Amino acid sequence: MSEQVLGSPVKPREDPALLRGEREYTADLVRPGMVHMEFLRSEHGHARIRSIDTAAALAMPGVLKIVTGPDLEGHLMPLPCIWVPGGVESHFPPHPYGLPGAGTALATDRVRFIGDPVAAIVAETRAQAAEAARAIRVEYEVLPAVVTPQAALAEGAPQLHDAVPGNLNALWSCGDAAGTDKAIADAPVVVDLELHNRRTINSPLEPRGALGEYDARTGDYTLTGTSQSPHNHRFLLAALVLGIPFTKLRIVSPEIGGSFGTKGYLYPDMPLVLHLAKEVGRPVKWTDDRYGLMRSTVQGRDHRQYAKIAGTRDGKITALRCTSYANLGAYPSTIGPGVATALMGRSITGTYDIEHAFCEVYATFTNTVPLGAQRGSGRAEATFLTERLVDRFAATIGMDPAEVRRLNMIKPEQQPFDNRMGWLYDSGDYRETLEMALERAGYADREATRRSARERGKLLGYGLASYVAVCGVGPSPRIAKEGMLGGSWESANIRVHPDGETTLTIGVTTTGQSHETTFGQIVAEEFGVDLGTVQVLHSDTFRAPYGQGTYGSRSFSVGGPAVRLAARKVVDKMRAVAAHQFGVSPEKVVYEGGKAFVPGSEDKAKTFSDLAMAIWYGWDLPAGMEPAIDETSVFDPADFNYPYGAHVAIVEVDEATGAVDLVRYIAVNDVGVVGNPLVVDGQIEGSIVHGVGQALMEVARYDESGALLTDNLDKYAIPRAYDVPFFELDRTETPTQHNPLGAKGAGEAATVPVAAAVTNAVCDALAGLGITHLDMPLTPETVWRAMNEATVGKGEKR
Amino acid sequence: MFPCLVWGFGMHISLSVNDRATESEVEPRALLVDYLREDLGLTGAKVGCDTGQCGSCTVLMGGRAVKSCAMLAVQCQGAEITTIEGANPATGLTDLQEALWTQHGVQCGFCTPGMVLALQQLLADEKVLTEERVRRELAGNLCRCTGYQSVVRAVLSVAGQNGGPVDE
Repeated sequence: MSEQVLGSPVKPREDPALLRGEREYTADLVRPGMVHMEFLRSEHGHARIRSIDTAAALAMPGVLKIVTGPDLEGHLMPLPCIWVPGGVESHFPPHPYGLPGAGTALATDRVRFIGDPVAAIVAETRAQAAEAARAIRVEYEVLPAVVTPQAALAEGAPQLHDAVPGNLNALWSCGDAAGTDKAIADAPVVVDLELHNRRTINSPLEPRGALGEYDARTGDYTLTGTSQSPHNHRFLLAALVLGIPFTKLRIVSPEIGGSFGTKGYLYPDMPLVLHLAKEVGRPVKWTDDRYGLMRSTVQGRDHRQYAKIAGTRDGKITALRCTSYANLGAYPSTIGPGVATALMGRSITGTYDIEHAFCEVYATFTNTVPLGAQRGSGRAEATFLTERLVDRFAATIGMDPAEVRRLNMIKPEQQPFDNRMGWLYDSGDYRETLEMALERAGYADREATRRSARERGKLLGYGLASYVAVCGVGPSPRIAKEGMLGGSWESANIRVHPDGETTLTIGVTTTGQSHETTFGQIVAEEFGVDLGTVQVLHSDTFRAPYGQGTYGSRSFSVGGPAVRLAARKVVDKMRAVAAHQFGVSPEKVVYEGGKAFVPGSEDKAKTFSDLAMAIWYGWDLPAGMEPAIDETSVFDPADFNYPYGAHVAIVEVDEATGAVDLVRYIAVNDVGVVGNPLVVDGQIEGSIVHGVGQALMEVARYDESGALLTDNLDKYAIPRAYDVPFFELDRTETPTQHNPLGAKGAGEAATVPVAAAVTNAVCDALAGLGITHLDMPLTPETVWRAMNEATVGKGEKR
Repeated sequence: MFPCLVWGFGMHISLSVNDRATESEVEPRALLVDYLREDLGLTGAKVGCDTGQCGSCTVLMGGRAVKSCAMLAVQCQGAEITTIEGANPATGLTDLQEALWTQHGVQCGFCTPGMVLALQQLLADEKVLTEERVRRELAGNLCRCTGYQSVVRAVLSVAGQNGGPVDE
């Protein structure tokens, strides 16, 4: 096989079984003797538990076991938080090992958010468990709740955690405060912007689930469920929650129905199904439903930001400053505090060369669902702020927003570029992507397009946003500096069987990103064999080599290089064996197109299968060589990688209703070297819709008592097929130097600029009315009210 | 999701599921999707929201796409139900599934069986499909992975193959 495999749009091999509905998700699993767990969750945002009466529930048909918080003492330790705001003092709920804690699996004396689990019920059927949950009587003393960071930080605010004075997890900052303040004071133009990047709910289609099994003969636990980081979760659960040896816990992830960040966290159900499987002596399954997901799976975004951008009248940006109040929710999620601080704050200078910048974040606990990652987490929040500020700055000095971006963008010759906030960008020509997007969008003709829309009663707007997104989490020492308790390397194992078939086992887990195809393509390319001969296994801690998890767009750019390195070890071994058989030195042997040969003697070539068989038999190997092909590589990248790009949104606002119609969306992205364009474009298209959703419709709403008003998909809108047009995609392909594949993160990068591009477009459409900023989501009501206020304010009638 | 109705006794239903006559005792409160998944082991229909919003549980009832989380099993007395298991060819893929594969119109796959069935009905009903029509018809099926781009492309490519003019 000689054509290129890696980089080709190979149709994903996992798709046919998915299209036939044949792959098994957690909810589909059945085990002999399996019983079901349900939670009783808090019905208050904040309350003291006075008493819990489970007697009536325990007497109900099919009920096997009910546990509450105090029952878990001595069995389960609190969950840990493993990404703390780096380099600053921080406060957390306790954990017995002195680590930052993230709350107990079940509430002990107090509930702190609407989904806080109070009791876990095991029954023969799911319906019986749910019936019993309703029969549990909990006497609550309702406490005042706080749902916004600023209210939580105010004097006299209700306090959530004894160990967290003033509800402040940390005041984290980065950049040069004094220099930034001086630059702002000295600048001829300073523009203020106050915005609320509101709470979102990731909403993968598959709710979470967990199946716990315990083997009383061996003491072995198995957790099968929706974990996008099985190895990492194994470490955290075994060592820090269950207190059992690593070897006693196996975690398996079956098919996972989307995640977008949410399934990389430790949740109470994970240790509970294991503990309860041991207690009742039968497999225990928990399947969440949508109501449960909305009130217990981590939510995203949620920063209230106060920012200033400063510069000169001819368009040079000289300073950027942001104070952000981040809403962590009731408990720190597994990595929430790091997402809300470093991942956001270090990203605020975007694609621009801004000499003075400073960002501070008040990471704060409130009576809301814990905050975690939403696709593009941290970076999307930063980019929204930056790109709104740049547009506001351009409007203030009367300059074309494209021109302001051109003037301030980092130039390719400045790479690698220290963004002065902690990221060292690796490569790229940011302006090139901007020019490509503007050209495709017909930006030069925008006034004519605007006029023609106006004739149809539509206000048309163009919105620009450029971005650079830190991705590909690693290397390990670097993330330790950011406050992450863990490593960030990935590994891969390759076994070549005597018949020439290959098994690749990878440490990363897929939640819908076609890993079985793309990772196989790396091996097929290196070996020069048909992709069909390469089997790809993953997501079982008993079989797979270690990996740190699929998050931060790191699977292909950190896990992929491990695969290539392992494949190259195999090729080196094959070349050495061929050289031995040819009686020449290994340097004389070329391995290409699935064959090893000495140039000029191609007729004597040894095929991949010949060599696999020879190494399997081990009859005639070079001195000292071990028989069999079983090679593992571990890869820890040199640094993060930095995909980037520029997007243009074109919207039409209906003057009568305020409805926003996204009419065109142009996205030019650079995710480095692309393993499979069909897969990558799919990731990019999906990423864009996440951003469109946030811009136009998605918001998690709480009332003042902490009740979640948007508790299902009838109240929390996510985009439907008619909400988006066909997107217009293009790419440049600039390899990163930080890994041998040259690949950059592609799973979430394209979400990063979208909300900004769409909001900029709507604000551009409404600029003629004097509207300068609107907070998302830009629903017809929000837009209509703003238009109405603007025109009524001007004395016009609507 | 479990309404506290009279329970503990069953009602008898007879229906056809994937062209097989089926007789069952079901609780009156049992949802069609739970009956299919738990009693019959047909797990292709997924439960995404329990409220008829997401469409992951879509099955065909007499050839019409219905949300099986929004129906009781006892409502299906005498009905002809087709799940993805019954819609699949013995091996391989239907033209629609093939087109979805070509366009990579599936990522995590959770919404896919429901979407395939809803689209199968649409393609059976209509020979002429516009992009706008496809987008409107897909309103009952949420997907969080593909952004619908590849799905709409796939449907339009099949509609084109069916001989109808494709008006974009």
